[in-house]
Amino acid sequence: MKNRKLKFGIGVGIILAVVGWEAVSGFQQSKTYYVTVNELTQGQGARRRIRVGGTVESGSVERHAGKVTFRLAQDANSIPVRYVGTDTLPDTFKDGAQAIIDGDYLASGEFQAEKIQAKCASKYQAAPVSPAGGAKNPKVAGL
Amino acid sequence: MNELGSVSLVAALAFAVYAVVAGAVGGKLRSSRLAKSAERATLSFFALLTLAVFALEYLILTNDFHNAYVAEHSNRDLLTFYKVAALWAGQEGSLLFWTWLLSIYSALVILLNRKKNRQLMPYVVAVLMGTGAFFASLVLFVANPFQELSLASASGTQPFTPPDGNGLNPVLQYHSMVIHPPMLYLGYVGMVVPFAFAMAALITRQLGDNWIRTTRRWTMVPWMLLGLGILLGGNWAYAVLGWGGYWAWDPVENASLLPWLSGTAFLHSVMIQEKRGMLKVWNVVLVITTFFLSIFGTFLTRSGIVSSVHAFAQSSIGPFFAVFLCVILFFSATLLFLRLDHLKSENRLDSLVSRESGFLFNNWILLALVFAVLWGTLFPLISKAVQNVTVTVSAPFFNKTAIPMGLLLLFLTGAGPLLAWRKTSFQSLKRNFVVPSLVAGVSGGILLIAGMRHFYAWMTICLSIFVAFSVLGEFWKGARTRMKTAGENFAQAIYNLTMRNTRRYGGYIVHLGIVLLFIGFAGLAFKTQAKALMQEGDLLRVKNYLLRCDGLTSGDTPNYEYTRALITVTKDGRAYTTLHPEKRFYKASQQPTSYVSIHPTLAEDLYVVLSGLDEDTGKAVIEVFVNPLVMWVWIGGLVVFFGTLLALVPSRVEREMAEIRRTQGVAVEARGWD
Repeated sequence: MKNRKLKFGIGVGIILAVVGWEAVSGFQQSKTYYVTVNELTQGQGARRRIRVGGTVESGSVERHAGKVTFRLAQDANSIPVRYVGTDTLPDTFKDGAQAIIDGDYLASGEFQAEKIQAKCASKYQAAPVSPAGGAKNPKVAGL
Repeated sequence: MNELGSVSLVAALAFAVYAVVAGAVGGKLRSSRLAKSAERATLSFFALLTLAVFALEYLILTNDFHNAYVAEHSNRDLLTFYKVAALWAGQEGSLLFWTWLLSIYSALVILLNRKKNRQLMPYVVAVLMGTGAFFASLVLFVANPFQELSLASASGTQPFTPPDGNGLNPVLQYHSMVIHPPMLYLGYVGMVVPFAFAMAALITRQLGDNWIRTTRRWTMVPWMLLGLGILLGGNWAYAVLGWGGYWAWDPVENASLLPWLSGTAFLHSVMIQEKRGMLKVWNVVLVITTFFLSIFGTFLTRSGIVSSVHAFAQSSIGPFFAVFLCVILFFSATLLFLRLDHLKSENRLDSLVSRESGFLFNNWILLALVFAVLWGTLFPLISKAVQNVTVTVSAPFFNKTAIPMGLLLLFLTGAGPLLAWRKTSFQSLKRNFVVPSLVAGVSGGILLIAGMRHFYAWMTICLSIFVAFSVLGEFWKGARTRMKTAGENFAQAIYNLTMRNTRRYGGYIVHLGIVLLFIGFAGLAFKTQAKALMQEGDLLRVKNYLLRCDGLTSGDTPNYEYTRALITVTKDGRAYTTLHPEKRFYKASQQPTSYVSIHPTLAEDLYVVLSGLDEDTGKAVIEVFVNPLVMWVWIGGLVVFFGTLLALVPSRVEREMAEIRRTQGVAVEARGWD
């Protein structure tokens, strides 16, 4: 009986070890630091494997020979981004969209993005609540 | 209509608050008049919310763009079908919809328990309406869908009605997107019912079998709908988003998976309590966890605390949810702690090789999976709090943890039902396991010889065969006995066997569905993709398919303009199919979106996307995916759904048991209400 319990314990131990090891390696493989454009421009030097969130600066998107460059902005700061990934950019990627980019920030101050996710800013937004009960949504009002 | 909507919400909130008080006091004083009154208030809550929902739908359908929500989420040329769905396309409307579904569940609980569970009901109503009051006040004060647009000018604010609305987000204009949110919400919301019963049982100290039996069904329904909702969501992502996959471990997806996993754990461990009177505390904990995770999922999706591509934007409702979650946790934990004495186990685990321990393992793994997924999803927040840097983890972490645990679960899916309660002898183990193990082993060998080298995919297929044979073996053994003893033919025997114990055989069918799902997942290991710039006459070879571009056309509909690629496919040199992927540009929302063209077969899907037009050459950017076995994911999901439906049908065994309980129960009930 004792022997069986021991064997059982070893079995469970091995399973836990495998799952634990897989978890750690998966974690190391996919962990990405998330920073904002402001944090990036205030920090110093190059950083590898990071994710940056910001807004696609209006009018900055340029497409040349299949390559896309644009500026990712937050408040008054912005950084130049060169898209080097292979996936086609999502439909939601356009001027003014909120974007999350993954890649490396080079010493030259340029960001090489391998992956770009974007969502259209005007959707899914809670209308600003004003005490008068009337939402003044410039997006709607400006139609 | 805006006034009508707001007024019904105010009245609904008042009724909900009254029902909480009347229910709690009525339960405490054992006053059946107060209890009845609380139930009637709940029915009124339902009626008023129905009115509010109709008011909003009326505004949407009549294109009343003076309403801010309608202006933001609908437009004139939107198909009526999608206009109806605009109700849950945005924050405010979907919260109203959530609350309405809660009121439907509450009304059903009351109607189905007019003569049952009378001692529990006042508290059940109080908990249901407590949740209802929270959501109604959110809809009323924080995210009101009945706000009117106005323009601020020098002379003050004036009412404003734009000529047309902003339109429904184009990616939501897809048929399974219309049913996906209602199913998902029905799943999330429904978990409040088992929670309410658990709380009522704890308050009244009626912690016998009764609440567990009532709760099991009330958990199966939302569990089934949540599963269907997740499946439809995957189907939508696959057919609309154009990246060739159906699951990306996005926080929003994870949020829906969590309560499904803990609900699965509960549905299994319930059986140990029913059969052996064990794990009573654990079951209460699982019910609380599942409800908590449902609300937490709703919170995660809407508060914007984790960044996700398809989450609702940062909004003001986060703190309210945080407070509500704390209240749930504090209330239920305190109550559980106070009643620990009443939740003593009647038995202990006899053997490590028994049905009980099988269920226990299943529970541990499911909860470990919940923990891993939760950890990965919340890691950005955890790391921010601990180290002040935001660190995100992505698919590799989730895959590496979920796949081994998923495979262990898959093994238990087949092995668990073969184990006997209490203790399984070596003899019976050998008898039950030998055939499935042999078949799985031999098939595994053949696959290795045939050149399959992907370890996890190979393992999945072997285990799937093992499980399928062990489950089918159960049907076969049962049927053979009936054929011998009752002289039935095979079909009759299978039918009678299943109907006599729907719960057991429905469960087996669910397990078969899970096997099919896993087979579908295994196909992911073998996907192929290619990408090319194409114009008329260009060819692209992917595996044994040859795609020829026959040119591009463009056209116009009231709702969108489109560019369409005409693609003719030959497979192994023979004519196969034609595909028409589109790039659409929706006019109201000024957004482009892709319309994927898929040729699905049982073996593999040919999936073609028109990603766009190359700016320099004007050629079409065509992406092609060959996705093996994807169809089995949808089939497996549906089998799980129908298996659960079958398990919900009252079985003959259960009806006999209920009859016995009723005759005994009358006496108890009479004593309870003096």
